[in-house]
Amino acid sequence: MLFVEKYKMEKADHLKLYKQMVLIRRLEEKSAELYQQGKIGGFLHLYIGQEAVGVGAVAAMKPQDHIITAYRDHGIAIAVGMDAGVMMAELLGKQTGCSKGKGGSMHLADVSKHFWGGHAIVGAHLPLAAGLALSFQYNHADSVIICMMGDGATNIGYFHESLNLSKVWKLPVVWMVENNQYGMGTAIERASAVSEIRQKAEGYQIPNARVDGMNVLAMKEAVGKALEHARCGEGPYFLEAITYRYRGHSMGDPERYRKPDEIKKWQEDDPIGQYNEHLAKNKIAADSELDAIESEVEAEADAAVKFAEESPNPSPEALWEHVYVSG
Amino acid sequence: MPQLTYREAISQALWEEMEANPKIFLMGEEIGMWGGTYAVTRGFYDHFGPERVKDTPIAEMVIAGAAIGAAMGGARPVAEIMTINFAFVAFDMIVNHAAKLHYMFGGQMKVPVVIRAPGGGGRQLGATHSQTPDVIFAHFPGLYVLAPGTPRDAKGMLKAALRQDNPVLFIEHATLYQARGEVPAGDYTVPLGKSEVKRPGKDVTIVTYSKMLQISMEAASQLAAEGIEAEVIDLRSLRPLDLDPVFESFKKTNRAVIVEEGWKSFGVGAEVAARTYEECFDYLDAPIKRVAQIEVPLPYNRELEQSALPKAADVIRAVKEVV
Repeated sequence: MLFVEKYKMEKADHLKLYKQMVLIRRLEEKSAELYQQGKIGGFLHLYIGQEAVGVGAVAAMKPQDHIITAYRDHGIAIAVGMDAGVMMAELLGKQTGCSKGKGGSMHLADVSKHFWGGHAIVGAHLPLAAGLALSFQYNHADSVIICMMGDGATNIGYFHESLNLSKVWKLPVVWMVENNQYGMGTAIERASAVSEIRQKAEGYQIPNARVDGMNVLAMKEAVGKALEHARCGEGPYFLEAITYRYRGHSMGDPERYRKPDEIKKWQEDDPIGQYNEHLAKNKIAADSELDAIESEVEAEADAAVKFAEESPNPSPEALWEHVYVSG
Repeated sequence: MPQLTYREAISQALWEEMEANPKIFLMGEEIGMWGGTYAVTRGFYDHFGPERVKDTPIAEMVIAGAAIGAAMGGARPVAEIMTINFAFVAFDMIVNHAAKLHYMFGGQMKVPVVIRAPGGGGRQLGATHSQTPDVIFAHFPGLYVLAPGTPRDAKGMLKAALRQDNPVLFIEHATLYQARGEVPAGDYTVPLGKSEVKRPGKDVTIVTYSKMLQISMEAASQLAAEGIEAEVIDLRSLRPLDLDPVFESFKKTNRAVIVEEGWKSFGVGAEVAARTYEECFDYLDAPIKRVAQIEVPLPYNRELEQSALPKAADVIRAVKEVV
């Protein structure tokens, strides 16, 4: 756990990142409860343990940048600034949800905040990311897109076609693998020919790095560098964030493939815990301030759930809306 | 009116729309320096340059996917898939993404992409390169599936497709590229999702589209010589599917034959017949007949291949069974 002086940030920025991570975790815990109560349907994939990856990546984005991810998307939604109530309403399938109750947990998006989803076919959002990057390039825009994916997505054809095209066309994209060690319940070494995922980028001569995905400041710095590389017309950059999910792949995961000790070991490096320690130890924030954030988050999460529960269901007419663009 | 080939009509539509709208660019296999494997984009690369006429790797998933992504980002890409058979490789992109993103994210995203692909049999390309799988794509709400059968419609529908915001699969027929027909001079569009009576008649309704329009029109002239007046309706679009002209015609003729190049099972004929039975049961004077490709993978041998594809004679035979 090394936080060195080079991560120069204002106190307010630190507290913002800290709060986002705590809020994501609290909302995920609430989501799990709501799922168990039968209020959230379908699949639910929690981000607990991986908060530093998404929060650090989004913190590095400039206003003109964009982001897209897979179905473990709640953390990104919060990190880009989606209202927690609007997110929770989507999980509950309500009209006030970001996707009007038609997308659910796996299909959160807020295009106004440059967050393009939430995609649930493994690897399928990679070509979409390449295309979004292509639109920026075509329009001579100064934008870069971060495309997050799980380690499992690096074994599918989409990954290879998209990396190849991004290099050939020098697309402004940062490919970012969240290596949480498992593709569903299958460990990396049982599914991927190489366990060090970044090596796959070497095959396409895409510059790459590994980064500690449990350390939000390391994430922010690495993604910042990657974004600047891609922004300068040098083409894509590839990052592999080493992280871990504490909960199952989804709520229906029997977790027969790993031992509780393994989870405990990773929890020693908990992204929120180590950041808390860093902020306190370096006197960036007082304990009382950090405690205040936790209370604030608690209230915000409660309010989000209340908003979602009290929101109306979509109207019956909504079934027919947005099949086609009208006019 | 000027006469153009189907190829020239499509090429003109692309050229004119690209001149008019800088958001439009082309991407696909061999569309640039080569000029298109069916020569539709010959001359485009030199005129519009490599930024707007992009040669891609042979990688249909990312061709379709990047085009969809670029459309999400506000551009108007036209992706060419070398043949519709290769669109199977890009199937998830087309049916799971292009068709669904607008709906699934509550209207936040639009996908104004046009994916062009030639299809159809009759060129001795063997079983994997000769299919007419149009109905498979037409199964999915959210897509426009267009399949013009004349140069006029090809040009007007492609121009219309490039001026609206829904994802379009534009299926050309590989053996129609040389077909000639009258095309209006100047700018025009043909409305999407509208069928058209291509030949009026009173004795039987023939419903068809794409290449089979040619076959059906040929059959209709031969039938006319024998005193049978067939009304030929060109669907032009499989989704949205406009059957009002079919019902109107059927209420007059009380008989119908549906002609498609693809296989009969679960096909266009099955759909049109079922809906006609549902809507026009009281007007029925004979069972509705279907003419379609026989249910085998298309063989390479010319005679065998031709024997599997619908001909004017098959249409005439079916008509005579119902009149």
